[in-house]
Amino acid sequence: MARLLEIINLKTQFLSSGKTITAVDNVSLHVDPGEILCVVGESGCGKSVTALSVMRLLPPDAARYAGGRILFEGEDLLRKSEREMRHIRGNAIAMVYQEPMSAINPVFTVGGQIVEAILAHKPVSRRQAVEKAVRLLGLVGIPDPAGRMGAYPHELSGGMCQRAMIAMALCCEPRLLIADEPTTALDVTIQAQILELIRRLNRELGMAILFITHDLGVVAELADRVVVMYAGKVVEQAKAADLFARPAHPYTRGLLACIPRPGTAGRLPAIDGMVPHPGRLPQGCRFHNRCPHVMDRCRLEEPPLVDRDGHSSACFLAED
Amino acid sequence: MEPLLAVTDLKKHFKAKAGPVYAVDGVSFQVGPGETFGLVGESGCGKTTVGRMVLRLIEPTSGAIRFDGQDLLALDKAGTKAMRRNMQMVFQNPYASLNPRLSAGANIAESLIIHRIGQRREHRERVQEMLRTVGLQPEDMDRYPHEFSGGQRQRIGIARTLILRPKLIVCDEPVSALDVSVQAQILNLLQDLQQQFGFAYILIAHGLHVVEHMSDRIGVMYLGKLMEVAPAGQIFRAPRHPYTEALVSAIPVPDPGAARKRILLEGDIPSPSAPPPGCLFSTRCRYATDLCRQVEPALETLEGRSVACHFPL
Repeated sequence: MARLLEIINLKTQFLSSGKTITAVDNVSLHVDPGEILCVVGESGCGKSVTALSVMRLLPPDAARYAGGRILFEGEDLLRKSEREMRHIRGNAIAMVYQEPMSAINPVFTVGGQIVEAILAHKPVSRRQAVEKAVRLLGLVGIPDPAGRMGAYPHELSGGMCQRAMIAMALCCEPRLLIADEPTTALDVTIQAQILELIRRLNRELGMAILFITHDLGVVAELADRVVVMYAGKVVEQAKAADLFARPAHPYTRGLLACIPRPGTAGRLPAIDGMVPHPGRLPQGCRFHNRCPHVMDRCRLEEPPLVDRDGHSSACFLAED
Repeated sequence: MEPLLAVTDLKKHFKAKAGPVYAVDGVSFQVGPGETFGLVGESGCGKTTVGRMVLRLIEPTSGAIRFDGQDLLALDKAGTKAMRRNMQMVFQNPYASLNPRLSAGANIAESLIIHRIGQRREHRERVQEMLRTVGLQPEDMDRYPHEFSGGQRQRIGIARTLILRPKLIVCDEPVSALDVSVQAQILNLLQDLQQQFGFAYILIAHGLHVVEHMSDRIGVMYLGKLMEVAPAGQIFRAPRHPYTEALVSAIPVPDPGAARKRILLEGDIPSPSAPPPGCLFSTRCRYATDLCRQVEPALETLEGRSVACHFPL
């Protein structure tokens, strides 16, 4: 099956006070049609920058795509003009952000913003666009969708606002939805509703989803496949069930072990140290100074991402 | 034995243009010496306001707070300040709660200066000892907050409260601003320090597993009231209030094979300025009857567990 999205050796850099910081370093990953891929990692791992690179939404004066390709349906997005990208964004690929309240325009009605998005991309009349907007608000589970068209964002709760943002993302039937921590700002009971909505949209519309999160619980709920990132690199990639049953990279194992779960008591097996600053990465494996299994060669060489039966990890320990 | 802290029918009604906001509306609980009491609930449930009222950072509208044998609300300004030596707070955001213009050491010593403890020349030594206690280096005292990571900053925040040897520490979301791999370090530190010094915690957080892991007893709040109070081991395994049941079922568990029966709550949390009549949870409860919509259930205690429900599970 042809890949929907294939990122090959992407390198995204930022210029910060004269220094070049590589936020995404040789990252390769793919999303198949109809699949939910979760990218999981902590702050600074490069997961959001990867997503924004796909959308080409990084500020051009500060960010640079220093290498690699981002193939969407076979075409390299990094070679598209800004004009072509404007057509792709919102149309073939749409994005939902972490803070619904800051991603939506507070001075226009929710309905008006969805209608505007539809009219920007589709050759339809305003009346048809309004009808479609009402249908979309209903689809994402907003009660009384026709009545809510005229509501301003501040009149909606956080959960309802995120639903409206998802409705806006859906307005052109995108083939790929990128969701960057869309439930992190929401309460757990509302998060459960939004995750259920995302699963339903994936199932019913066959829409592929690239879902970015730091929460392994959310990953377990949602993912078909998982990519684990650390300090700008992919360290592990596997089918969800496989990743949770047989985590291969010491970082993934540490992350899974240190979360409090129902029934855990006493000391948690914490990962020592902290996430390295992207400007001061350690030599060799980027995890080596926090790794309980560190060997001499980990301090010198960077382990490559090696695939074994669809489960890949970047660790020398996995070699034998 | 008298509890360290006894909160009785505590209320806080904020004034707003559209009428009063019932942020906390009649909350009662007790915390024993050395105990960890967890408060959970979703945003706007009033858990943070309760924590702040206990420290008198917010003045309650009504109710009583007894701490260490004294009526806290009857104390004058000097008395409150003296009492705060025994009750301290660790805040959510270590980026915002430390003074960026003071070194780590000066931030920690500030507590001693405010409470006029010891001689200034002794402070240096006490601060260094505190830094070691929370897992930092004595040399770190001359560095500034921006030179530390989030986890290290939270350690400084903990050292600042610990140096007063308080009997109660209110921790309001102590790890939610931190990376997952660092959260466990801070939770372990909080537990180690409690074992070493024997103080009590009120732990306020929305991460239910974090609270379950740390607490002896847990109170579940909804719209300014306690819905259920129970020992930590029981409350999530066998919730008795339908809200607790739904809350527990909504937490994503990092295990794709885990059998889960998800209870999806309908709708949103009602506004605390216009709470529904009867049981506050009745608008979203799948078991609600006419009785629930008309008569508010009281928090009733049976066999060490309290639940405010006409039809407990």
